[in-house]
Amino acid sequence: MSEHLNGAPTRAEICAVAVAETFRGDGERLANPIGTIPMVGGRLARETFEPDLVMTDGFGAFAANPMPPGAPTTEAIVEAWNPYPQMFAVLWNGRRHVMMGATQVDRFGNQNIACIGDWSRPRSQLLGFRGAPGNTINHTTSYWVPNHTPQVFVSAVDVVCGIGYDRAAALGPVAARFHEIRRVVSNLGVFDFETPDHSMRLRSVHPGVTVDDVVAATGFDVVIDTEVPISREPTDDELALIRTVIDPAGLREREVPNP
Amino acid sequence: MAVPDKRTTEDEVVASLRDGMTIGIGGWGSRRKPMSLVRAILRSSLTDLTIVSYGGPDVGLLCRSGQASRVVSGFVSLDSIPLEPHYRAARQSSSIEATELDEGMLLLGLMAAAWRVPFLPTRAGLGSDLLTVMPQIRTVRSPYPGPDGGEGEELVAVPALALDVALIHMNRADRGGNGQFLGQDLYMDDHMAMAAERTFMTCERLIATEDFADHGPLQTQRISRLMVTGVIERPHAAHFTECPPDYERDEAFQKQYAATAKSDEAWDAFRATYLDVTEDEYQRAVGVAR
Repeated sequence: MSEHLNGAPTRAEICAVAVAETFRGDGERLANPIGTIPMVGGRLARETFEPDLVMTDGFGAFAANPMPPGAPTTEAIVEAWNPYPQMFAVLWNGRRHVMMGATQVDRFGNQNIACIGDWSRPRSQLLGFRGAPGNTINHTTSYWVPNHTPQVFVSAVDVVCGIGYDRAAALGPVAARFHEIRRVVSNLGVFDFETPDHSMRLRSVHPGVTVDDVVAATGFDVVIDTEVPISREPTDDELALIRTVIDPAGLREREVPNP
Repeated sequence: MAVPDKRTTEDEVVASLRDGMTIGIGGWGSRRKPMSLVRAILRSSLTDLTIVSYGGPDVGLLCRSGQASRVVSGFVSLDSIPLEPHYRAARQSSSIEATELDEGMLLLGLMAAAWRVPFLPTRAGLGSDLLTVMPQIRTVRSPYPGPDGGEGEELVAVPALALDVALIHMNRADRGGNGQFLGQDLYMDDHMAMAAERTFMTCERLIATEDFADHGPLQTQRISRLMVTGVIERPHAAHFTECPPDYERDEAFQKQYAATAKSDEAWDAFRATYLDVTEDEYQRAVGVAR
Protein backbone atom coordinates (compact mmCIF):
# COMPACT_ATOMS: atom_id res chain seq x y z
CA MET A 1 0.00 0.00 0.00
CA SER A 2 2.82 2.45 0.87
CA GLU A 3 4.38 1.83 -2.52
CA HIS A 4 1.00 2.54 -4.08
CA LEU A 5 0.76 5.79 -2.11
CA ASN A 6 4.19 7.02 -3.20
CA GLY A 7 4.42 5.62 -6.72
CA ALA A 8 4.36 7.54 -9.98
CA PRO A 9 0.92 8.54 -11.29
CA THR A 10 -0.91 5.69 -12.98
CA ARG A 11 -2.81 5.99 -16.25
CA ALA A 12 -6.07 5.93 -14.24
CA GLU A 13 -4.85 8.90 -12.22
CA ILE A 14 -3.86 10.81 -15.35
CA CYS A 15 -7.38 10.14 -16.63
CA ALA A 16 -8.91 11.35 -13.36
CA VAL A 17 -7.01 14.64 -13.66
CA ALA A 18 -8.14 14.98 -17.28
CA VAL A 19 -11.72 14.45 -16.14
CA ALA A 20 -11.29 17.04 -13.38
CA GLU A 21 -10.06 19.52 -15.99
CA THR A 22 -13.29 19.13 -17.98
CA PHE A 23 -15.15 20.69 -15.03
CA ARG A 24 -12.79 23.67 -14.73
CA GLY A 25 -14.71 26.92 -14.86
CA ASP A 26 -18.09 25.33 -14.17
CA GLY A 27 -18.52 27.10 -10.84
CA GLU A 28 -21.75 26.38 -8.99
CA ARG A 29 -23.11 23.72 -11.26
CA LEU A 30 -24.12 20.08 -10.85
CA ALA A 31 -21.06 18.11 -11.97
CA ASN A 32 -22.57 14.73 -12.75
CA PRO A 33 -19.87 12.27 -13.84
CA ILE A 34 -21.01 8.68 -14.48
CA GLY A 35 -18.43 5.92 -14.00
CA THR A 36 -15.62 5.33 -11.52
CA ILE A 37 -12.85 7.52 -12.97
CA PRO A 38 -15.34 10.27 -13.88
CA MET A 39 -16.53 10.27 -10.24
CA VAL A 40 -12.96 10.41 -8.98
CA GLY A 41 -12.13 13.23 -11.40
CA GLY A 42 -15.22 15.23 -10.51
CA ARG A 43 -14.52 14.90 -6.79
CA LEU A 44 -10.91 15.92 -7.43
CA ALA A 45 -12.01 19.08 -9.25
CA ARG A 46 -14.26 20.03 -6.34
CA GLU A 47 -11.62 19.29 -3.70
CA THR A 48 -9.09 21.49 -5.52
CA PHE A 49 -9.73 24.19 -8.12
CA GLU A 50 -13.54 24.09 -8.54
CA PRO A 51 -14.87 24.13 -4.96
CA ASP A 52 -18.39 25.35 -5.73
CA LEU A 53 -19.36 22.31 -7.81
CA VAL A 54 -22.41 20.38 -6.63
CA MET A 55 -22.19 16.58 -6.78
CA THR A 56 -24.53 13.70 -5.99
CA ASP A 57 -24.04 10.85 -3.54
CA GLY A 58 -24.61 8.51 -6.47
CA PHE A 59 -28.27 8.19 -5.51
CA GLY A 60 -30.98 10.68 -4.55
CA ALA A 61 -29.07 13.49 -2.86
CA PHE A 62 -26.36 16.11 -3.28
CA ALA A 63 -23.45 15.31 -0.97
CA ALA A 64 -21.02 17.90 0.40
CA ASN A 65 -18.30 15.38 1.23
CA PRO A 66 -16.03 13.58 -1.27
CA MET A 67 -17.63 10.16 -0.99
CA PRO A 68 -15.44 7.43 -2.49
CA PRO A 69 -16.98 5.49 -5.41
CA GLY A 70 -19.28 2.81 -4.05
CA ALA A 71 -19.69 4.44 -0.62
CA PRO A 72 -23.14 3.91 0.89
CA THR A 73 -25.57 6.83 1.02
CA THR A 74 -25.38 6.76 4.82
CA GLU A 75 -21.93 8.37 4.49
CA ALA A 76 -23.32 11.39 2.66
CA ILE A 77 -23.39 14.83 4.21
CA VAL A 78 -26.54 15.83 2.40
CA GLU A 79 -26.81 19.34 0.95
CA ALA A 80 -30.16 18.81 -0.73
CA TRP A 81 -32.59 16.07 -1.70
CA ASN A 82 -32.44 15.31 -5.40
CA PRO A 83 -34.66 12.37 -6.33
CA TYR A 84 -35.03 11.47 -10.02
CA PRO A 85 -37.97 13.75 -10.83
CA GLN A 86 -35.95 16.64 -9.42
CA MET A 87 -32.87 15.54 -11.37
CA PHE A 88 -34.85 15.97 -14.58
CA ALA A 89 -35.93 19.41 -13.42
CA VAL A 90 -32.28 20.35 -12.85
CA LEU A 91 -31.20 19.05 -16.24
CA TRP A 92 -34.00 20.83 -18.08
CA ASN A 93 -33.04 23.93 -16.12
CA GLY A 94 -29.51 23.54 -17.46
CA ARG A 95 -27.32 23.97 -14.37
CA ARG A 96 -25.60 20.64 -15.00
CA HIS A 97 -22.54 19.21 -16.73
CA VAL A 98 -22.82 15.48 -17.22
CA MET A 99 -20.05 13.10 -18.20
CA MET A 100 -21.59 10.01 -19.78
CA GLY A 101 -20.15 6.88 -21.29
CA ALA A 102 -20.25 6.25 -25.03
CA THR A 103 -20.41 2.89 -26.77
CA GLN A 104 -19.74 4.81 -29.98
CA VAL A 105 -18.77 8.42 -30.58
CA ASP A 106 -18.07 10.11 -33.91
CA ARG A 107 -15.98 13.08 -35.05
CA PHE A 108 -18.75 15.60 -34.29
CA GLY A 109 -19.44 14.15 -30.86
CA ASN A 110 -22.58 12.20 -31.70
CA GLN A 111 -22.88 9.46 -29.08
CA ASN A 112 -24.55 6.06 -29.10
CA ILE A 113 -25.47 3.96 -26.08
CA ALA A 114 -28.75 2.53 -27.41
CA CYS A 115 -27.77 -0.49 -29.49
CA ILE A 116 -25.45 -1.80 -32.18
CA GLY A 117 -27.01 -2.27 -35.60
CA ASP A 118 -30.38 -1.10 -36.84
CA TRP A 119 -32.47 0.24 -33.94
CA SER A 120 -35.60 -1.52 -35.21
CA ARG A 121 -33.89 -4.89 -34.90
CA PRO A 122 -30.60 -4.43 -33.10
CA ARG A 123 -27.72 -6.84 -33.40
CA SER A 124 -26.88 -6.00 -29.82
CA GLN A 125 -29.30 -4.19 -27.54
CA LEU A 126 -27.52 -1.86 -25.11
CA LEU A 127 -28.84 0.80 -22.74
CA GLY A 128 -31.43 2.54 -24.92
CA PHE A 129 -31.39 6.32 -25.22
CA ARG A 130 -31.45 6.84 -21.41
CA GLY A 131 -30.84 10.54 -20.73
CA ALA A 132 -28.60 11.31 -23.70
CA PRO A 133 -31.03 13.23 -25.97
CA GLY A 134 -32.22 15.42 -23.10
CA ASN A 135 -28.76 15.98 -21.66
CA THR A 136 -27.10 17.08 -24.89
CA ILE A 137 -29.81 19.52 -25.94
CA ASN A 138 -30.15 21.06 -22.46
CA HIS A 139 -26.67 21.46 -21.00
CA THR A 140 -22.96 20.75 -21.24
CA THR A 141 -22.03 17.12 -21.83
CA SER A 142 -18.68 15.34 -21.90
CA TYR A 143 -17.88 11.69 -22.57
CA TRP A 144 -15.66 9.10 -20.94
CA VAL A 145 -14.24 6.15 -22.85
CA PRO A 146 -12.11 3.80 -20.72
CA ASN A 147 -11.09 1.65 -23.69
CA HIS A 148 -10.26 3.72 -26.78
CA THR A 149 -10.61 1.61 -29.96
CA PRO A 150 -11.75 2.15 -33.57
CA GLN A 151 -14.97 0.32 -32.56
CA VAL A 152 -15.76 3.17 -30.16
CA PHE A 153 -14.37 6.14 -32.10
CA VAL A 154 -16.31 5.46 -35.30
CA SER A 155 -16.93 7.39 -38.50
CA ALA A 156 -20.70 7.21 -37.93
CA VAL A 157 -22.57 6.00 -34.85
CA ASP A 158 -25.34 3.43 -35.37
CA VAL A 159 -27.91 5.46 -33.41
CA VAL A 160 -27.53 9.12 -32.44
CA CYS A 161 -28.53 9.29 -28.76
CA GLY A 162 -26.48 12.27 -27.60
CA ILE A 163 -26.37 14.84 -30.38
CA GLY A 164 -23.09 16.15 -31.77
CA TYR A 165 -22.16 19.47 -33.35
CA ASP A 166 -23.40 18.63 -36.87
CA ARG A 167 -26.83 17.68 -35.55
CA ALA A 168 -26.90 20.77 -33.33
CA ALA A 169 -25.93 22.99 -36.29
CA ALA A 170 -28.74 21.49 -38.37
CA LEU A 171 -31.22 22.45 -35.64
CA GLY A 172 -30.07 26.06 -35.84
CA PRO A 173 -28.66 28.45 -33.28
CA VAL A 174 -31.88 28.93 -31.30
CA ALA A 175 -32.77 25.27 -30.73
CA ALA A 176 -29.16 24.36 -30.03
CA ARG A 177 -28.30 27.32 -27.81
CA PHE A 178 -27.68 25.15 -24.73
CA HIS A 179 -25.71 22.47 -26.59
CA GLU A 180 -22.03 21.99 -25.70
CA ILE A 181 -19.95 18.85 -26.01
CA ARG A 182 -16.94 19.97 -24.06
CA ARG A 183 -14.55 17.02 -23.98
CA VAL A 184 -14.07 13.38 -24.60
CA VAL A 185 -11.62 11.80 -22.19
CA SER A 186 -10.29 8.34 -23.05
CA ASN A 187 -7.59 6.08 -21.67
CA LEU A 188 -5.31 7.40 -24.45
CA GLY A 189 -5.93 11.13 -24.46
CA VAL A 190 -8.20 14.13 -24.24
CA PHE A 191 -10.32 15.44 -27.12
CA ASP A 192 -12.26 18.63 -27.69
CA PHE A 193 -14.24 20.26 -30.51
CA GLU A 194 -12.43 23.59 -30.59
CA THR A 195 -12.02 23.59 -34.38
CA PRO A 196 -13.73 25.77 -37.04
CA ASP A 197 -16.27 23.06 -37.94
CA HIS A 198 -16.40 21.57 -34.40
CA SER A 199 -14.87 18.29 -35.50
CA MET A 200 -12.97 16.38 -32.85
CA ARG A 201 -9.42 17.47 -32.07
CA LEU A 202 -6.76 15.69 -30.09
CA ARG A 203 -6.24 18.09 -27.18
CA SER A 204 -3.54 16.08 -25.41
CA VAL A 205 -2.09 12.60 -25.24
CA HIS A 206 -1.55 10.88 -21.92
CA PRO A 207 2.07 10.29 -20.87
CA GLY A 208 3.35 7.15 -22.58
CA VAL A 209 0.88 7.45 -25.48
CA THR A 210 1.93 8.67 -28.93
CA VAL A 211 -0.14 10.58 -31.45
CA ASP A 212 0.22 7.56 -33.73
CA ASP A 213 -1.30 5.35 -31.03
CA VAL A 214 -4.34 7.63 -30.97
CA VAL A 215 -4.64 7.79 -34.74
CA ALA A 216 -4.42 3.99 -34.98
CA ALA A 217 -7.16 3.58 -32.35
CA THR A 218 -9.54 6.11 -33.93
CA GLY A 219 -11.88 5.20 -36.78
CA PHE A 220 -11.99 8.69 -38.31
CA ASP A 221 -9.58 11.53 -39.06
CA VAL A 222 -9.20 13.28 -35.75
CA VAL A 223 -7.77 16.82 -36.02
CA ILE A 224 -4.10 16.81 -34.99
CA ASP A 225 -2.36 20.13 -34.30
CA THR A 226 1.33 20.54 -35.11
CA GLU A 227 2.15 20.40 -31.43
CA VAL A 228 0.10 18.01 -29.31
CA PRO A 229 0.62 18.57 -25.59
CA ILE A 230 1.02 15.79 -23.04
CA SER A 231 -1.89 15.53 -20.57
CA ARG A 232 -0.89 17.12 -17.32
CA GLU A 233 0.14 14.91 -14.43
CA PRO A 234 -1.45 15.20 -10.99
CA THR A 235 0.32 17.41 -8.50
CA ASP A 236 1.55 15.78 -5.28
CA ASP A 237 -1.47 17.18 -3.47
CA GLU A 238 -3.86 15.86 -6.09
CA LEU A 239 -2.23 12.44 -6.01
CA ALA A 240 -2.51 12.31 -2.24
CA LEU A 241 -6.17 13.34 -2.42
CA ILE A 242 -6.98 10.67 -4.99
CA ARG A 243 -5.13 7.95 -3.12
CA THR A 244 -6.12 8.69 0.44
CA VAL A 245 -9.44 10.56 0.37
CA ILE A 246 -11.32 10.21 -2.91
CA ASP A 247 -10.59 6.62 -3.92
CA PRO A 248 -8.59 4.91 -1.18
CA ALA A 249 -9.72 1.47 -2.37
CA GLY A 250 -8.13 2.10 -5.79
CA LEU A 251 -11.27 1.24 -7.80
CA ARG A 252 -10.01 3.56 -10.57
CA GLU A 253 -7.23 1.08 -11.37
CA ARG A 254 -9.83 -1.54 -12.27
CA GLU A 255 -11.48 0.75 -14.81
CA VAL A 256 -8.21 1.64 -16.58
CA PRO A 257 -5.34 -0.74 -15.83
CA ASN A 258 -1.89 0.80 -15.77
CA PRO A 259 -0.07 -0.08 -19.04
CA MET B 1 -60.96 7.12 11.19
CA ALA B 2 -63.16 6.86 8.16
CA VAL B 3 -61.00 5.73 5.31
CA PRO B 4 -62.61 3.26 2.95
CA ASP B 5 -61.45 -0.34 2.99
CA LYS B 6 -59.75 -1.02 -0.34
CA ARG B 7 -57.91 -4.17 0.65
CA THR B 8 -57.66 -6.74 -2.09
CA THR B 9 -55.30 -9.48 -3.31
CA GLU B 10 -52.90 -9.83 -6.21
CA ASP B 11 -55.06 -12.50 -7.82
CA GLU B 12 -58.20 -10.35 -7.57
CA VAL B 13 -56.35 -7.48 -9.20
CA VAL B 14 -55.10 -9.65 -12.05
CA ALA B 15 -58.57 -11.13 -12.54
CA SER B 16 -59.78 -7.57 -13.23
CA LEU B 17 -57.21 -7.02 -16.00
CA ARG B 18 -57.85 -7.72 -19.67
CA ASP B 19 -55.75 -8.74 -22.65
CA GLY B 20 -54.36 -5.80 -24.56
CA MET B 21 -54.30 -3.41 -21.60
CA THR B 22 -51.65 -0.74 -21.02
CA ILE B 23 -50.09 -1.30 -17.62
CA GLY B 24 -47.72 1.13 -15.91
CA ILE B 25 -45.32 -0.40 -13.41
CA GLY B 26 -43.72 1.84 -10.78
CA GLY B 27 -40.25 1.79 -9.28
CA TRP B 28 -37.03 2.24 -11.22
CA GLY B 29 -34.74 -0.45 -12.70
CA SER B 30 -34.39 -3.10 -10.01
CA ARG B 31 -35.73 -0.83 -7.27
CA ARG B 32 -39.03 -0.99 -5.35
CA LYS B 33 -40.91 -2.87 -8.06
CA PRO B 34 -44.40 -4.28 -7.33
CA MET B 35 -43.08 -7.77 -8.06
CA SER B 36 -45.82 -9.77 -6.33
CA LEU B 37 -48.30 -8.19 -8.77
CA VAL B 38 -45.94 -8.89 -11.67
CA ARG B 39 -45.69 -12.50 -10.51
CA ALA B 40 -49.49 -12.69 -10.37
CA ILE B 41 -49.62 -11.52 -14.00
CA LEU B 42 -47.02 -14.17 -14.86
CA ARG B 43 -49.32 -16.83 -13.38
CA SER B 44 -52.23 -15.60 -15.49
CA SER B 45 -53.11 -16.07 -19.14
CA LEU B 46 -53.08 -12.29 -19.79
CA THR B 47 -51.52 -11.46 -23.12
CA ASP B 48 -50.83 -8.66 -25.61
CA LEU B 49 -49.97 -6.22 -22.81
CA THR B 50 -48.34 -2.83 -23.25
CA ILE B 51 -45.94 -2.23 -20.36
CA VAL B 52 -44.89 1.32 -19.44
CA SER B 53 -41.96 1.36 -17.05
CA TYR B 54 -38.58 2.61 -15.96
CA GLY B 55 -37.90 -1.01 -16.59
CA GLY B 56 -36.21 -3.70 -14.59
CA PRO B 57 -37.04 -7.37 -14.04
CA ASP B 58 -40.75 -6.51 -14.37
CA VAL B 59 -40.20 -5.81 -18.05
CA GLY B 60 -37.72 -8.65 -18.56
CA LEU B 61 -40.04 -11.25 -17.04
CA LEU B 62 -43.08 -10.12 -19.04
CA CYS B 63 -41.01 -10.12 -22.25
CA ARG B 64 -39.71 -13.62 -21.54
CA SER B 65 -43.17 -14.94 -20.68
CA GLY B 66 -44.45 -13.56 -23.99
CA GLN B 67 -47.21 -11.56 -22.28
CA ALA B 68 -45.78 -8.14 -23.21
CA SER B 69 -46.29 -7.20 -26.84
CA ARG B 70 -45.22 -3.60 -26.46
CA VAL B 71 -42.78 -1.96 -24.04
CA VAL B 72 -42.57 1.79 -23.47
CA SER B 73 -39.51 2.53 -21.34
CA GLY B 74 -36.90 5.08 -20.33
CA PHE B 75 -34.46 2.16 -20.07
CA VAL B 76 -34.57 -1.46 -18.96
CA SER B 77 -31.83 -2.35 -16.48
CA LEU B 78 -31.14 -4.44 -13.40
CA ASP B 79 -28.83 -1.70 -11.97
CA SER B 80 -26.05 -3.98 -10.71
CA ILE B 81 -26.45 -5.89 -14.00
CA PRO B 82 -26.69 -2.96 -16.43
CA LEU B 83 -28.45 -4.75 -19.31
CA GLU B 84 -31.68 -6.69 -18.63
CA PRO B 85 -30.98 -9.97 -20.45
CA HIS B 86 -34.57 -10.95 -21.30
CA TYR B 87 -35.41 -7.48 -22.60
CA ARG B 88 -32.24 -7.60 -24.71
CA ALA B 89 -33.27 -10.94 -26.16
CA ALA B 90 -36.76 -9.60 -26.91
CA ARG B 91 -35.32 -6.56 -28.68
CA GLN B 92 -32.82 -8.58 -30.68
CA SER B 93 -35.48 -11.03 -31.86
CA SER B 94 -38.11 -8.27 -32.36
CA SER B 95 -40.56 -10.25 -30.24
CA ILE B 96 -41.81 -6.95 -28.79
CA GLU B 97 -42.57 -3.54 -30.22
CA ALA B 98 -40.34 -1.12 -28.32
CA THR B 99 -40.71 2.57 -27.62
CA GLU B 100 -37.45 3.68 -26.02
CA LEU B 101 -37.89 7.20 -24.73
CA ASP B 102 -35.40 9.56 -23.20
CA GLU B 103 -35.78 9.09 -19.42
CA GLY B 104 -37.16 12.59 -18.94
CA MET B 105 -39.58 12.20 -21.86
CA LEU B 106 -41.21 9.25 -20.12
CA LEU B 107 -41.80 11.43 -17.05
CA LEU B 108 -43.41 14.11 -19.25
CA GLY B 109 -45.62 11.52 -20.95
CA LEU B 110 -46.89 10.35 -17.57
CA MET B 111 -47.39 13.92 -16.38
CA ALA B 112 -49.36 14.75 -19.54
CA ALA B 113 -51.65 11.78 -18.95
CA ALA B 114 -51.96 12.65 -15.25
CA TRP B 115 -52.91 16.23 -16.09
CA ARG B 116 -55.19 15.22 -18.99
CA VAL B 117 -53.37 17.20 -21.66
CA PRO B 118 -52.44 15.56 -24.98
CA PHE B 119 -48.73 16.30 -24.73
CA LEU B 120 -46.03 18.21 -22.87
CA PRO B 121 -43.21 20.03 -24.66
CA THR B 122 -39.50 19.50 -24.19
CA ARG B 123 -36.21 19.99 -25.98
CA ALA B 124 -35.22 16.38 -25.23
CA GLY B 125 -35.05 14.41 -28.45
CA LEU B 126 -34.37 17.29 -30.84
CA GLY B 127 -31.64 16.39 -33.32
CA SER B 128 -31.36 12.81 -32.07
CA ASP B 129 -32.32 9.60 -33.84
CA LEU B 130 -35.08 9.09 -31.29
CA LEU B 131 -37.38 11.15 -33.51
CA THR B 132 -36.23 9.28 -36.62
CA VAL B 133 -36.71 5.73 -35.39
CA MET B 134 -39.91 6.54 -33.48
CA PRO B 135 -41.77 8.81 -35.91
CA GLN B 136 -44.88 8.63 -33.74
CA ILE B 137 -43.15 11.22 -31.52
CA ARG B 138 -44.02 14.55 -33.15
CA THR B 139 -42.84 18.10 -32.69
CA VAL B 140 -44.81 21.29 -32.04
CA ARG B 141 -44.07 24.96 -32.68
CA SER B 142 -44.24 27.24 -29.66
CA PRO B 143 -46.76 30.09 -29.88
CA TYR B 144 -44.65 32.03 -27.37
CA PRO B 145 -41.08 33.25 -27.20
CA GLY B 146 -38.94 31.38 -24.65
CA PRO B 147 -38.20 32.97 -21.25
CA ASP B 148 -34.66 33.62 -22.52
CA GLY B 149 -35.63 34.45 -26.09
CA GLY B 150 -36.16 32.10 -29.01
CA GLU B 151 -39.16 32.94 -31.17
CA GLY B 152 -41.44 30.15 -32.38
CA GLU B 153 -39.19 27.32 -31.27
CA GLU B 154 -39.86 23.80 -32.42
CA LEU B 155 -40.10 21.45 -29.47
CA VAL B 156 -40.76 17.76 -29.00
CA ALA B 157 -44.39 17.07 -28.06
CA VAL B 158 -44.24 14.08 -25.73
CA PRO B 159 -47.60 12.34 -26.09
CA ALA B 160 -49.64 11.56 -22.99
CA LEU B 161 -49.01 8.00 -21.82
CA ALA B 162 -52.46 7.12 -20.52
CA LEU B 163 -52.49 3.90 -18.53
CA ASP B 164 -55.36 1.50 -17.99
CA VAL B 165 -53.78 0.37 -14.77
CA ALA B 166 -50.77 1.34 -12.67
CA LEU B 167 -49.06 -1.05 -10.26
CA ILE B 168 -46.89 0.44 -7.50
CA HIS B 169 -45.23 -0.71 -4.29
CA MET B 170 -44.88 1.40 -1.14
CA ASN B 171 -43.22 0.82 2.21
CA ARG B 172 -46.35 1.64 4.20
CA ALA B 173 -50.02 2.12 3.36
CA ASP B 174 -53.37 2.28 5.07
CA ARG B 175 -56.38 0.31 4.00
CA GLY B 176 -57.86 3.35 2.30
CA GLY B 177 -55.03 3.39 -0.24
CA ASN B 178 -52.86 6.17 1.17
CA GLY B 179 -49.23 5.24 0.62
CA GLN B 180 -45.89 6.21 2.18
CA PHE B 181 -42.41 5.76 0.72
CA LEU B 182 -39.50 5.57 3.16
CA GLY B 183 -36.58 5.29 0.76
CA GLN B 184 -34.69 8.14 -0.94
CA ASP B 185 -36.82 8.31 -4.04
CA LEU B 186 -40.49 8.04 -4.94
CA TYR B 187 -39.40 7.71 -8.59
CA MET B 188 -42.41 8.46 -10.82
CA ASP B 189 -44.93 6.41 -8.86
CA ASP B 190 -47.18 9.40 -8.09
CA HIS B 191 -47.35 10.33 -11.77
CA MET B 192 -47.96 6.68 -12.72
CA ALA B 193 -50.85 6.51 -10.27
CA MET B 194 -52.40 9.70 -11.65
CA ALA B 195 -51.85 8.67 -15.28
CA ALA B 196 -53.88 5.49 -14.74
CA GLU B 197 -57.58 4.82 -14.68
CA ARG B 198 -57.03 2.40 -11.80
CA THR B 199 -54.00 2.00 -9.53
CA PHE B 200 -53.20 -0.98 -7.34
CA MET B 201 -50.62 -0.66 -4.59
CA THR B 202 -48.82 -3.31 -2.60
CA CYS B 203 -47.12 -2.34 0.65
CA GLU B 204 -44.65 -3.85 3.08
CA ARG B 205 -46.90 -3.09 6.03
CA LEU B 206 -50.48 -1.98 6.30
CA ILE B 207 -50.79 0.51 9.13
CA ALA B 208 -53.51 2.66 10.67
CA THR B 209 -53.82 6.10 9.10
CA GLU B 210 -52.96 7.77 12.40
CA ASP B 211 -49.65 5.85 12.53
CA PHE B 212 -48.08 7.22 9.32
CA ALA B 213 -46.43 9.98 11.30
CA ASP B 214 -44.61 7.42 13.44
CA HIS B 215 -42.94 5.99 10.33
CA GLY B 216 -41.79 9.09 8.51
CA PRO B 217 -42.29 12.82 8.06
CA LEU B 218 -45.27 14.34 6.27
CA GLN B 219 -43.28 14.57 3.04
CA THR B 220 -43.10 10.77 2.77
CA GLN B 221 -46.90 10.50 2.47
CA ARG B 222 -46.94 11.07 -1.25
CA ILE B 223 -49.60 8.65 -2.48
CA SER B 224 -53.19 9.69 -1.79
CA ARG B 225 -56.14 7.32 -1.84
CA LEU B 226 -57.62 9.65 -4.47
CA MET B 227 -55.33 7.85 -6.90
CA VAL B 228 -55.59 4.30 -5.56
CA THR B 229 -58.22 1.64 -6.30
CA GLY B 230 -56.92 -1.24 -4.24
CA VAL B 231 -54.24 -1.96 -1.65
CA ILE B 232 -52.51 -5.22 -0.73
CA GLU B 233 -50.35 -5.85 2.32
CA ARG B 234 -47.53 -8.09 1.14
CA PRO B 235 -44.23 -8.05 2.98
CA HIS B 236 -41.31 -8.68 0.58
CA ALA B 237 -43.58 -7.94 -2.39
CA ALA B 238 -40.70 -6.16 -4.13
CA HIS B 239 -38.31 -9.11 -3.85
CA PHE B 240 -35.78 -9.48 -5.52
CA THR B 241 -35.63 -5.74 -6.19
CA GLU B 242 -34.61 -3.39 -3.39
CA CYS B 243 -37.07 -1.74 -1.04
CA PRO B 244 -35.09 0.39 1.39
CA PRO B 245 -35.19 0.80 4.34
CA ASP B 246 -37.10 -2.48 4.61
CA TYR B 247 -34.61 -4.56 2.59
CA GLU B 248 -31.85 -4.38 0.00
CA ARG B 249 -31.83 -6.05 -3.40
CA ASP B 250 -31.29 -9.83 -3.34
CA GLU B 251 -28.24 -9.72 -5.59
CA ALA B 252 -27.61 -13.46 -5.49
CA PHE B 253 -31.15 -14.19 -6.61
CA GLN B 254 -30.98 -11.47 -9.25
CA LYS B 255 -27.88 -13.16 -10.69
CA GLN B 256 -29.75 -16.45 -10.74
CA TYR B 257 -32.62 -14.72 -12.55
CA ALA B 258 -30.31 -13.09 -15.09
CA ALA B 259 -28.70 -16.45 -15.84
CA THR B 260 -32.07 -17.81 -17.00
CA ALA B 261 -31.54 -15.95 -20.28
CA LYS B 262 -28.79 -18.41 -21.16
CA SER B 263 -31.05 -21.30 -22.17
CA ASP B 264 -34.66 -22.41 -22.40
CA GLU B 265 -33.87 -25.13 -19.88
CA ALA B 266 -32.63 -22.60 -17.35
CA TRP B 267 -35.75 -20.49 -17.85
CA ASP B 268 -38.08 -23.48 -17.59
CA ALA B 269 -36.48 -24.58 -14.34
CA PHE B 270 -36.70 -21.06 -12.91
CA ARG B 271 -40.27 -20.75 -14.04
CA ALA B 272 -41.27 -24.06 -12.44
CA THR B 273 -39.62 -23.29 -9.12
CA TYR B 274 -40.34 -19.58 -8.73
CA LEU B 275 -43.15 -18.50 -11.05
CA ASP B 276 -45.62 -21.35 -11.50
CA VAL B 277 -46.23 -21.20 -7.75
CA THR B 278 -48.24 -19.05 -5.37
CA GLU B 279 -46.69 -15.93 -3.86
CA ASP B 280 -46.40 -17.70 -0.49
CA GLU B 281 -44.59 -20.60 -2.13
CA TYR B 282 -42.32 -18.17 -3.98
CA GLN B 283 -41.42 -16.39 -0.77
CA ARG B 284 -40.66 -19.68 0.97
CA ALA B 285 -38.58 -20.83 -2.02
CA VAL B 286 -36.44 -17.69 -2.00
CA GLY B 287 -36.21 -17.77 1.78
CA VAL B 288 -37.84 -14.47 2.71
CA ALA B 289 -41.15 -15.77 4.12
CA ARG B 290 -41.45 -15.72 7.87
